[in-house]
Amino acid sequence: MSQPFRRASGGRIDRNRPLTVSFNGKTLEGFAGDTVASMLLASGQHLAGRSFKYHRPRGILSHGSDEPSALLSVDWRHDRGPGYRDPNNRASVVEARDGLVVKTQNHWPSLALDIGAVNDLLSPIFVAGFYYKTFMWPKRFWDKVYEPIIRKAAGLGEAPEYPDPDHYANRHAHADVLIVGAGPAGLAAALTASADASKRVILADEGAEPGGALLNDLTSTIDGQPAMDWVEDAVATLDGRENVILLPRTTGFGYYNHNHVCLVERVSDHRADAPEGLARERLWQVRARQVVLATGSHERPLVFENNDKPGVMLAESLRAYVNRWAVLPGDALIVVTAAASAYRTALDAKAAGMRVEIVDIRLGADCGPELAAARDAGITVRTGHTVIRALGGNRVGALVVAPIGTDGSIGPKLTLDCDCVAMSGGWTPSVHLFSQSRGKLAFDTEIDAFVPDKSVQAERSAGACRGLYDLGAVLADGFAAGSDAIGGAASPQPVEASAAFTGFQPVRVLPSDADPSRIKAFVDFQNDVTVKDIKLAVREGFESIEHVKRYTTTGMATDQGKTSNMNALGLVAGILNRPIPAVGTTTFRPPYTPVSFGALIGPARNELFDPVRKTPIDGWAAQNGAVFEPVGLWRRARYFPQAGEDMQAALARETKAVRSTVGIFDASTLGKIEVVGPDAAEFMNRIYTNAWNKLKTGGCRYGLMLREDGFVYDDGVVARLAENRFHVTTTTGGAPRVLRHMEDYLQTEWPDLDVFLTSITEQWAVIALQGPKARDVLEPFVSEIELSETAFPHMTVKTGSVCGVPCRLFRVSFTGELGYEVNVPADYGEAVWTTLFNAGQKHGITPYGTEAMHVLRAEVGYIVVGQETDGTATPDDVGLSGLVSKVKPDFVGKRSLSRPDMVAAGRRQLVGLLTKDPNEVLDEGAQVVKDPGQPIPMKMIGHVTSSYRSENCGRSIAMAMIDDGRARIGETVFATTPTGFTEAVIAPAVFYEVKGETADA
Amino acid sequence: MLDVNLASRAPALAPRSSDAGVTVAPLGPQGRLSLRIKPAALGDDTAIDGFDLSGPINSRRSAGDGAATRTALRLGPDEWMLLCPADDVEERSEALAAALNDTAHSLVDVSHRDVSFVVAGAEADSVINAGCPIDLALAAFPVGAATRTLLGKAEIVLTRLAEDRFTVTSWRSFAPYVQGFLVEAARHQL
Amino acid sequence: MLLIRCPYCGERPETEFHCGGEAHIARPDTPADISDADWGSFLYTRTNPKGLHAERWLHAHGCGRWFNALRDTVSDAFVTTYEMGTPRPDPISETAKA
Repeated sequence: MSQPFRRASGGRIDRNRPLTVSFNGKTLEGFAGDTVASMLLASGQHLAGRSFKYHRPRGILSHGSDEPSALLSVDWRHDRGPGYRDPNNRASVVEARDGLVVKTQNHWPSLALDIGAVNDLLSPIFVAGFYYKTFMWPKRFWDKVYEPIIRKAAGLGEAPEYPDPDHYANRHAHADVLIVGAGPAGLAAALTASADASKRVILADEGAEPGGALLNDLTSTIDGQPAMDWVEDAVATLDGRENVILLPRTTGFGYYNHNHVCLVERVSDHRADAPEGLARERLWQVRARQVVLATGSHERPLVFENNDKPGVMLAESLRAYVNRWAVLPGDALIVVTAAASAYRTALDAKAAGMRVEIVDIRLGADCGPELAAARDAGITVRTGHTVIRALGGNRVGALVVAPIGTDGSIGPKLTLDCDCVAMSGGWTPSVHLFSQSRGKLAFDTEIDAFVPDKSVQAERSAGACRGLYDLGAVLADGFAAGSDAIGGAASPQPVEASAAFTGFQPVRVLPSDADPSRIKAFVDFQNDVTVKDIKLAVREGFESIEHVKRYTTTGMATDQGKTSNMNALGLVAGILNRPIPAVGTTTFRPPYTPVSFGALIGPARNELFDPVRKTPIDGWAAQNGAVFEPVGLWRRARYFPQAGEDMQAALARETKAVRSTVGIFDASTLGKIEVVGPDAAEFMNRIYTNAWNKLKTGGCRYGLMLREDGFVYDDGVVARLAENRFHVTTTTGGAPRVLRHMEDYLQTEWPDLDVFLTSITEQWAVIALQGPKARDVLEPFVSEIELSETAFPHMTVKTGSVCGVPCRLFRVSFTGELGYEVNVPADYGEAVWTTLFNAGQKHGITPYGTEAMHVLRAEVGYIVVGQETDGTATPDDVGLSGLVSKVKPDFVGKRSLSRPDMVAAGRRQLVGLLTKDPNEVLDEGAQVVKDPGQPIPMKMIGHVTSSYRSENCGRSIAMAMIDDGRARIGETVFATTPTGFTEAVIAPAVFYEVKGETADA
Repeated sequence: MLDVNLASRAPALAPRSSDAGVTVAPLGPQGRLSLRIKPAALGDDTAIDGFDLSGPINSRRSAGDGAATRTALRLGPDEWMLLCPADDVEERSEALAAALNDTAHSLVDVSHRDVSFVVAGAEADSVINAGCPIDLALAAFPVGAATRTLLGKAEIVLTRLAEDRFTVTSWRSFAPYVQGFLVEAARHQL
Repeated sequence: MLLIRCPYCGERPETEFHCGGEAHIARPDTPADISDADWGSFLYTRTNPKGLHAERWLHAHGCGRWFNALRDTVSDAFVTTYEMGTPRPDPISETAKA
């Protein structure tokens, strides 16, 4: 496709840099500086997609991020393989470059001939609330019939089918002044705000180049020069200032608390030469002392029958295509307007060689100097006229217009041929970010728009986004805003700019004598919401604009109703005969424009999704075939299958080895806290339920910790290394919260205590040797420590050396067997492990994982906090009342233990469950009932907390929390299974009796 | 009984520098002692065993040079991280304990707990700001600053050695994540 | 993301902090002497105000200190932060002013 509608000269395109883009398989030609939209128009292609609901042909409405209609599927890097395609890109903001592959959406079999367009003919049934009203019954149709159909029909475009292979970057930044929008107001604000070199200024604009509306403007002057010369000077000045970061292609999409503003920068989509792996987008999280919003305004469409025909555009957008992109969107233009600004479009289009007529809704007397300017240029202007409808198929071909009588009557109709239409219903300030900042809006009747009122955060709006449309006023406002943002230190610059055509007469729906029930005049183009839909919603009783929005979906598309909101609002106000402020406005929520998931996620994917914490022994485990499981952020070895073994077989072997010879287990993830200071023992007394004063140096004790509400919080072995020094262990998952819990009490309740807490979880690798042969394995490698039973009994600790490196050696057991936990500095962990493992071969040493650890501890009835307990278990509930000191006057949680409900009879208590069939393993979490024959809802008397196949017991074992459980030992109960119930007997929660030298010897 | 050293250190990481303009290089083993003393108990004598504890919260103070360099990072009102050569840590530990004998304090060896990187290059600050939310402008985080903060989902201790040179320290098991994060960020620097 | 002024470290982003609920709820010195009802109230009763709220924050990924803050629950504005153990300041509520 060549470029028949490209002008021979002019525009902000580089004719020396031609490029091509694939569009529905055809080749579009264009130049550097083009967007896909401008290339389509240059080729004469207005039809750019099919609408959401009715599949109506749609063209290009705008030239910016407010585009609701021309939504394309774009494959950004077709040459790099699949996965680079995403849907619903606005053609008006996709910068053209070689290699883009774009396709239109929402049609079959082709864009020009679309079967789905039958919806347009069926439209009388697709009214507002259609889905709510239709898919009510029969109920059984929901999942089988309605939902599949609705899902298939829902949405525009196709979701990507591959994981996104692109990279996305993230950047936290700080600024004294953040300016969003680099049009005349934003540039002016940046100039004054950054004049003081000590102020850090960030100026961001969503466009490819700064300038805003001035990029479309060939006629305005600033200080006697063409406006774009001023822009270029301003940008050069800002570029030269080291305190300024100028970010083009960067959209401010979210304004959050305390001047935290999120922007997304398009880093590489526009670059044909972008190296593979370069970030596609960068999320900027800016914390600004002051913010200037210079976000401009959106033009309003006019609402008349068939106002969605391809070729019908916003007036300023048509001017942008003519001036900025040197494209004539047609030969014969009709400008339909209620606003003065559209006359500039007419004049520029005429100057560019188009045939131009103007239809103005306003009476001649209501017009300003624009009217004479147009007539002087030889343009026919019909004032006081309305548009009845647009005619045409896939492209507008004519407008039917008529004069409006003084009584509102419609005069004789006239059909005006055309191939493009520029419409303007006036302007709406872009108050999205201001509103997101929680600022309150005020309705300005003079300009028929909501404008920023009271700021809640340190921000101010400047220029068109607060309803100023005259260039001189916009610039002065920008300078003043920049000055204000730095505390008024810089003096506002006087500026002289040419006068602009401003002012408009609000018109909600163009007057017409057509039957309103038979026509489609679109308010929201992207969601296919018509005047008829909104009228119906109000008629059905939806008066709140928030309800109308949800019922009709107006303003709920990805364009957030940028072009449609004021028309919808005005329409509702008109029907209800209320002033607009009484109807209110809908809430503006982030994001301002659609943001890719990639940008929000940034680098947090794959190995950077979460830290995967590995122990010093993880490498050995991986080499030796461990199957891993995540435990919090940790990756732990779950079991070590040998050739041909499944988990159950590996477990059987590992658990038997621990009880018959010796097992070796990586316990490095155990939380560890060093508690040091003169008041260490007193602190321990207050935090734990146990008493610590009598624990001698070198002794260990199993400690139980409660929350203030009396429920079990954590547990672990504590060693007293010295009078003033304890080595505390916590559960793997509990380490951070236990430290926080301790610090909380220490700092806020007992600041007088001289004791300090240091996390040493990662200082020490912990190697557990468990089993009858544990001492035999360890003995040859230990120096300065005697291992004999008398010298080193159960629940003691010694420091010395293992394999020549310093160690803290614990004689402890979580299996019931003879056991040691060898703590060595982390970097030595793997070497010590390997040494012990190799030397243990002659004793039958077997590495075991977390799964075997769980089985072994359950066999001897040890609980796991967080498995047996769920935050509502007292020490007595889990059979640990013996660990609660009776003599200490106070400890955290003590008072709660005597609250009436905590001592009430019938509490759920820890017991064992033995299934009638010894080979049946209950589900953890299974509910327990007394009588499975009782009517539903049944009374549940408890639940299973742990359940395993135990090779050492020769049967399945389970732990459960049962109402009044300890008094029910011997009773038969029933536990739920996936298919029903199974019979079990309540038993003590100890299943295995350790033989030989036990932990408790 | 064995008294030979059978075990050699296996650091958490193999070197994996970024090849971009900003380099991310793991530091070798270092002596690290976590020292806690209430400021009132410390009093005016802020030079302990050659460590300068006089810096304000979130600062780094270095004394001595070469192998005798002793660095103190003040990370909180009553918390210092003391850095010394790896083979000096036992001696320092004993000397510090002796010097503070009459003062309520806590001294804990965490040499194996932490892993450090040096991030260097003209855009080192923006590479760190890819995941660290604090202001790294020279005025806000000057040379000699040191603080605990975040990098992505990991907690780090960040110090500034020079305008374009930082150290990033994390717990051992977070180090591969921190390294990967920094190397990835360095690829996309501005 | 909130910006919170740690009394020890200055302004830091919210992600470095952990909120610990309402402040100035002192643990009774002798819990054994407290009635069940009063103890229950100590454990569970909170003011949940609309407007100024004194609350505890921990600079978890910073200096590790707990401190108190006065935050307006309507606007999220922090009126002030202050060290543990110091009494609650009493400025006029941001909301009350509005």
